[in-house]
Amino acid sequence: MTQPMHPPALPRRRHILAGATGLAMGVLLRPASAAAGDLAVAVATYTRGAPVRAGKVKLDIAELVDNGNVVPITVTVDSPMTAADHVKSIAVFNEKNPQRDVARFTLGPRAGKASVSTRIRLATSQQLVAVAQMSDGSYWSHTVNVIVTLAACIEGEP
Amino acid sequence: MARTLINAPSAARRGEVIEIRATIGHPMETGFRAGEDGKVLPRNIIQTFSCRYNGELVFSAELFSAVSANPYIAFHTVATESGTLVLSWEGDNGFSQAESIQLAVTA
Repeated sequence: MTQPMHPPALPRRRHILAGATGLAMGVLLRPASAAAGDLAVAVATYTRGAPVRAGKVKLDIAELVDNGNVVPITVTVDSPMTAADHVKSIAVFNEKNPQRDVARFTLGPRAGKASVSTRIRLATSQQLVAVAQMSDGSYWSHTVNVIVTLAACIEGEP
Repeated sequence: MARTLINAPSAARRGEVIEIRATIGHPMETGFRAGEDGKVLPRNIIQTFSCRYNGELVFSAELFSAVSANPYIAFHTVATESGTLVLSWEGDNGFSQAESIQLAVTA
């Protein structure tokens, strides 16, 4: 982290928001970081180089996360989930945790509905990508930017 | 044995999509955190979760360190016939646990 860490006891919401905005600006202004490249590589490894289109997938997560230790996420994919047309797998990747992978789910026509939920950790404000592989071999994704006020695993972070 | 909390309907109509929500008590130690002595704590996470419906795999998940402690997973499946759903978790240090739930399917 390049920004000084503010103690979590900041009194007013306005200050927290200001801090969060500053953090977001820092992320935006930072030159194309290695982490962002890692994210693209992780997604490309998962899709084995196949093109990924935006759409069909919805990654539902709070934009402003209070506690990075427990962040509920839901990934829903627009699919009829029939034997002929279903979601084969869903993967979630992050940009700035120590490891790019978050979770991978394997579904099939027996799932009935392409919607999975879990709770994850976020080390800092960052980008998250959900990628879905369809039965026809195409890949679809949804990218979300989240702001984290209290980070997970602060101790181990360099 | 870790504690589990599984939320699923006990009965459903044939063809109905049911939601299964499962939590298991587990620290999900990331392998990136330092302990009190400054040494990195060894990783201890649940790596895989799966659900078998009368023996057939209907859903599985691969978890990484970024999944929160006491991992919660919610997914869906189609009620096809009465029977048993076996949820199983496997992870580091030989962690392995399975829980079964009964589902009664009516026409």
